[in-house]
Amino acid sequence: MKAMISGFVLALVVAFCAPLVLNQMGWSTAEHYTTEQNVRLD
Amino acid sequence: MDLKIFGAVLLALTALMLNPALAQEAPTVDRTATGGAQTLEDIMARQAQMDVDESFRSENLGNPDNAHSVDGPLGTLGGRSDPEVWRGVRYNDIDIQTQARGPAVDVLIQDGGMPWYELRQGPMITYGGGALVAIIVLLAVFYFGRGKIMIDGGPAGTTIERFKPVERLGHWLLAGSFVALAVTGLITLMGRSFLIPVLGPDFYSTLAVGSKWVHNNIAWAFMLGLVLTFIMWVAHNIPNKLDWHWIKAGGGFVGKSHPSAKKFNAGQKIVFWTVMVLGFSVSLSGLSLLFPFELFMFADTFALINSIIGTDFPTTLAPHEEMQLANIWHSIVAFVMMVAILAHIYIGSVGMEGAFDAMGNGQVDLEWARQHHDLWVEEVQAKQGKGEAS
Repeated sequence: MKAMISGFVLALVVAFCAPLVLNQMGWSTAEHYTTEQNVRLD
Repeated sequence: MDLKIFGAVLLALTALMLNPALAQEAPTVDRTATGGAQTLEDIMARQAQMDVDESFRSENLGNPDNAHSVDGPLGTLGGRSDPEVWRGVRYNDIDIQTQARGPAVDVLIQDGGMPWYELRQGPMITYGGGALVAIIVLLAVFYFGRGKIMIDGGPAGTTIERFKPVERLGHWLLAGSFVALAVTGLITLMGRSFLIPVLGPDFYSTLAVGSKWVHNNIAWAFMLGLVLTFIMWVAHNIPNKLDWHWIKAGGGFVGKSHPSAKKFNAGQKIVFWTVMVLGFSVSLSGLSLLFPFELFMFADTFALINSIIGTDFPTTLAPHEEMQLANIWHSIVAFVMMVAILAHIYIGSVGMEGAFDAMGNGQVDLEWARQHHDLWVEEVQAKQGKGEAS
């Protein structure tokens, strides 16, 4: 049972770390394709 | 027996899913009266849900080479009339220039949205959800018909280590993330139809946002689990002659015989390769969806399929079309995996005495192991004997 719980905890750890790692690699879903990459018309 | 159930469900699902695609083709239309433009017959055929060949207008986009000299009469109009230009926009077959920057901004019209939405909200839910209900019913029927598969003669009382802690960790990492992905995926797909009427839009909105976060981020745990279990178990899952004997004997599900097997029997190998192949595929389409307009796979895949079996799948796809196909494929593969995994969960828990221990604490009853994996037990005991002797 320890391995099962550890597997579930590891899945959660990976899930919480994933956005942090992606941000470090320059990927942010929230900021992707925002105006800085576009030509502002205003 | 569970293999037969798998086969029947997959066959039925495939047949049902192909069914709506068989739209009736519209009869050939004489368009001389309209100069090649759309006729009333075309409109009526489209309204009758018939498959209209749109090439008469999608390919009628003018020719810049036919432009008059710019200093001549009407020369500044170029080689395309306004209708031809708008048809080019309509069918995404013209060089669009925009001031917006980013992927897919040069597609002004892509009309696959409604068919995608209707397929997702209609047949995908009907047949996907139906397949899940069907496998649950079939497993219940099997359980009440065949009963729980017991250890013949009862447990030996002594145990043998079936899976090491690291193997169980990899399994539960994969299993836990898969269940989370399945539940959140179903909430996302079916929420509009089934949850909003019950929970209301406000609560569902919170649930959907949470589901999206879980689905997007726990996907990485699933991919990690997939890689770990592949590395640990691929060597034990190479098919061999023994598997054929196991299948011919019905895997021991039919009758009372216990066909010989090593660490994994043919049924487990089928589950392994189903999870690996479909897991890889669902991960690829998932990555395509996680990074919108960054990873296009279907045009290249279609080109490869066309070159191998001579089909005529489209190889020029709009970015949005790639995303729509990725989404639909992601759902189809996920449903097939859910059906397979439900059967796997059944046989690993309530369907067979002693089976859960293999992944629970890693120790299985020796008699259980002898009946289901006799050759593996001999291998382990031979190794232990050597170890003790040395």
